[in-house]
Amino acid sequence: MSVVIMLFAGFAAFAGWWLAQQRLTSKPWLEQGVIEGVPDFEASHDPAKRAGLGFFLAIVGSMFTLLAGAYFMRRDLGDWQALPVPPILWINTGALVLSSLALEYTQRSVRRGDIVRLRVGLAVAALFALAFLGGQLIAWQQLSAEGYYVATNPANSFFYLVTGLHGLHILGGLVALGWATAKAWGSEKVEGVRLNVELCATYWLFMLFVWVVLFSLIAGWASAFIELCGQLLS
Amino acid sequence: MVDATHGPDAHAAEFPDVELYHPRSWWTRYVFSQDAKVIAIQYASTALAIGMVALVLSWLMRMQLAFPGFLEFIDAAAYYQFITMHGMIMVIYLITALFLGGFGNYQIPLMLGARDMVFPYVNMLSYWTYLLAVLVLVASWFAPGGPTGAGWTLYPPQAILSNTPGQEAGIVLMLVSLILFVIGFTMGGLNYIVTVLQGRTRGMTLMRMPLTVWGIFVATVMAMLAFPALFVACVMMLFDKLLGTSFFMPAVAEMGVQLAHNGGSPILFQHLFWFFGHPEVYIVALPAFGIVSDLLATHARKNIFGYRMMVWAIVIIGALSFVVWAHHMYVSGMNPYFGFFFATTTLIIAVPTAIKVYNWVLTLWRGDIHLNPPMLFALAFIVTFVNGGLTGLFLGNVVVDVPLSDSMFVVAHFHMVMGVAQILVIFGAIYHWYPKITGRMLDNTLAHLHFWVTFVGAYLIFFPMHYLGLMGVPRRYFESGDISFQPPSAHELNVFITVMALTVGAAQLVFVFNLIWSIRHGKPAGGNPWRATTLEWQTPQTPPAHGNFGRELPVVYRWAYDYSVPGAPEDFIPQNQPGPTPPHHEGSE
Amino acid sequence: MVIAVVFVLIVVGSVVFHFLSPWWWTPIASNWGYIDNTIIITFWITGAVFSAVVLFAAYCVWRFRHKEGQKAAYEPENKRLENWLIGLTAVGVAAMLAPGLFVWAQFITVPAEATEAEVMGQQWQWAYRLPGADGKLGLSDTRLVSADNPYGINPDDPNGRDDVLIQADYLHLPIDKPVKILLRSIDTLHDFYVAEFRSKMDMIPGAVTYFWFTPTRTGQFEVLCAELCGIGHPYMRGGVVVDTQEDYDNWLAGQSTYAQLYAPEVLKTAGLD
Repeated sequence: MSVVIMLFAGFAAFAGWWLAQQRLTSKPWLEQGVIEGVPDFEASHDPAKRAGLGFFLAIVGSMFTLLAGAYFMRRDLGDWQALPVPPILWINTGALVLSSLALEYTQRSVRRGDIVRLRVGLAVAALFALAFLGGQLIAWQQLSAEGYYVATNPANSFFYLVTGLHGLHILGGLVALGWATAKAWGSEKVEGVRLNVELCATYWLFMLFVWVVLFSLIAGWASAFIELCGQLLS
Repeated sequence: MVDATHGPDAHAAEFPDVELYHPRSWWTRYVFSQDAKVIAIQYASTALAIGMVALVLSWLMRMQLAFPGFLEFIDAAAYYQFITMHGMIMVIYLITALFLGGFGNYQIPLMLGARDMVFPYVNMLSYWTYLLAVLVLVASWFAPGGPTGAGWTLYPPQAILSNTPGQEAGIVLMLVSLILFVIGFTMGGLNYIVTVLQGRTRGMTLMRMPLTVWGIFVATVMAMLAFPALFVACVMMLFDKLLGTSFFMPAVAEMGVQLAHNGGSPILFQHLFWFFGHPEVYIVALPAFGIVSDLLATHARKNIFGYRMMVWAIVIIGALSFVVWAHHMYVSGMNPYFGFFFATTTLIIAVPTAIKVYNWVLTLWRGDIHLNPPMLFALAFIVTFVNGGLTGLFLGNVVVDVPLSDSMFVVAHFHMVMGVAQILVIFGAIYHWYPKITGRMLDNTLAHLHFWVTFVGAYLIFFPMHYLGLMGVPRRYFESGDISFQPPSAHELNVFITVMALTVGAAQLVFVFNLIWSIRHGKPAGGNPWRATTLEWQTPQTPPAHGNFGRELPVVYRWAYDYSVPGAPEDFIPQNQPGPTPPHHEGSE
Repeated sequence: MVIAVVFVLIVVGSVVFHFLSPWWWTPIASNWGYIDNTIIITFWITGAVFSAVVLFAAYCVWRFRHKEGQKAAYEPENKRLENWLIGLTAVGVAAMLAPGLFVWAQFITVPAEATEAEVMGQQWQWAYRLPGADGKLGLSDTRLVSADNPYGINPDDPNGRDDVLIQADYLHLPIDKPVKILLRSIDTLHDFYVAEFRSKMDMIPGAVTYFWFTPTRTGQFEVLCAELCGIGHPYMRGGVVVDTQEDYDNWLAGQSTYAQLYAPEVLKTAGLD
């Protein structure tokens, strides 16, 4: 559970830093009149949407971190046999990187006001994300063809579990991306989809990061890295 | 913004200039509504309805304990199904849903001067997912084998072994229902958090928020971070159950038969479960803390004593509650050295909690106490919460927990501290805000009847129960009459407890009757019957119309507790009242 | 007004109940009187706090109940008072925590001279195993459990052959000898609990947990299961008999070993050597 504790210490530090700026030591009974500085939701909903995504990513992050914590605890129980890394995972990683890059490109198109490139960028991102998901399914197929079933070994169980949950999150992201694409095709101005694209790009970057961490966990580098850190500390 | 042709009394649904979702038909206005107030009532009604089921279950299990064999349909399997469903429904589907989904939805936008939640559509989805979760839970009664009887903690391996009732389908439906609940709750929770952060009206700084909002806000942040642990635990147990994996399942020789699982760790589940489960205790406690602070201040006509300390205590309790989870596992067989750490953190959390209690009673000091029904419930909360909190110091202190864990002492403790105390606050809050929600007062005589039976009865149920546990009677016993060290008088105590439980349960019918009857026949309440300062009482219409505040949102000029300000003409000044204010006395430093 | 009276009655009634009710802990039969003492300390501190808070609230409700023309005082906070209360609470908490941690350190430190006894739980019965003449328990594994090896003892481990097996009978322990109880389960969680010993611990399939105590009183004590283990949970009873050394030795002489019961061929081979 130490990874979980570290993540939550991070959350606590962030919350503390944020609260420190909220005048929590002021004496509210002494202050009359309007105090400015409260966000104006009526004027723009964008900050709320960004904050909403931020919190959502924190929740998703804690879910995957808890899985990683469970992974480390379960791994040390003796019957663990790491499974081979299917080479197609490298191709899938590439597809997800390209999908994320396409969304960065789309964001630049938004800034340039180029609706055509924006549409292309969104479509390309969606295609690469679909390719990633297809590739993950192929990886599952290859592993089970070789006899690495979900219940054969806890390492296999974790592999199917974390890739499955990650895939579901990409699938959920594709719904949002599809919504943004539909909006982009329905309007001639980029302004309507500016925020959608921005949020999708953020989400994609986050899911890419989660995937890289999960991949390194599956391939065993994360464990090697942690052992190295442990040796450096001791 | 203001269009001169519209008076301030124009119906809220007719603001062309306010970007707001407008219901177009009866269906979208009352059923698939995106209005937080309607969603709140949907959440609350569903939670109360399923809560009545849990209440009946508690009657049945108490009947079995006092009069074993009297109700012939209660066998051991049924008994374990009753305790499991009672616990799960009460903790998750009633109290959590009612505090956050019910009061959160109703109070946050109104108290902060917002028109609605920031993501109304997601908010609506949240309720419907919650309803689906409840239906899946109810469906397990009709599944082959019935609902699970694994205890509300669902500990593996026993939860999915064949000698546990509901092993066929009940446990699967339970886990699916919890997963749905977490998903639905996440959608709602994002709304509550972001509305507090981004949806406040002009002038409403964090330190001007009523403590109700603070409590719900911090509880929601905790819930968002703690529920993923429950989610992960449920998904992994589903894998173990349906796919034969061994996350939590070790090698098991069940009744002489070797099962296929191997090497898993039941303790891992317990860590995940309590990583959610302990914050959960505070997830239902913090909203109660906040609400009770507001009830006390309003009905004692006095500002809450030590507002800043109350806010800090809520935040500190919220943070600390993530590092105390293993105090549920002192005798679980985990590494015994963890005991030192978790006992220390657990007892430290008693300090900010005690501060809150002191500040509640100090709010009464030199107040002008109106003993209205909400105030009675708030006062009763103090007694039961202090009692339950103090017995928590027994169970949190690792070595004292050794003889007491898994005994009736634990049952009495958590019912007092997160059952009775929280439910009393829920009742107090309903008596307090019902006039705003319906425009009518609840009947006062029935309220007093309900209060006295509930408060005194609940105390008489759970206070003596501690002593059964101290004697060593374990919890979760279908029959306990033949335990060797029990004197025969212990059975008489059990009968007494059961009679009180039936009485208290019956009193809730009075409450439900009052709720329904007063919708039409209650005394008209007016906009601000308690003469309260917070914004929900300052709406142009009662009940508040769609959009809450008419054409223009209120502007906040002061904190939420300007009661009995020296020199003011009235003993309360609403938060949105501008103008010169009399000089305040500074609190003695 | 009534509520102030009820509050006072609750405090008085609770205190009277505490001292006069017939329901109290069982007479202790182990060395864990320290745990009882810590509970007593906790009762005094928490009882005092409970009485003080509730009586103060009752006084406030009575003294400051609404009367015509009354106005509440205006006092947002009082830092000094709050700091005092924080300090006092911290002292009270420390007064409970310190003895608690001190006793916990003893609880988890098994004395070197403690003998071992294994308790094995399964739905819904207890079985016991003593290390035999060599003082060592043989290795065991749930995977080895079968009809002719109900304990799952590893037949290849020589330490296991003289292990004394006690099935469908009470466990006997000699008085005044510290004993380390090793706990093992072959199906689900159980919890070996004897109220008079004040100590308990869950048993987890796949792991061995432990606790220790010294029996201080002869007699027969009921064993309960304290962790929900399926529908037979309340019927999972057993017994522990604390004997004088002499009675214990007599009892032990009448018990059978693993080799005698389940592996006579092993015994024969050993006998031929």
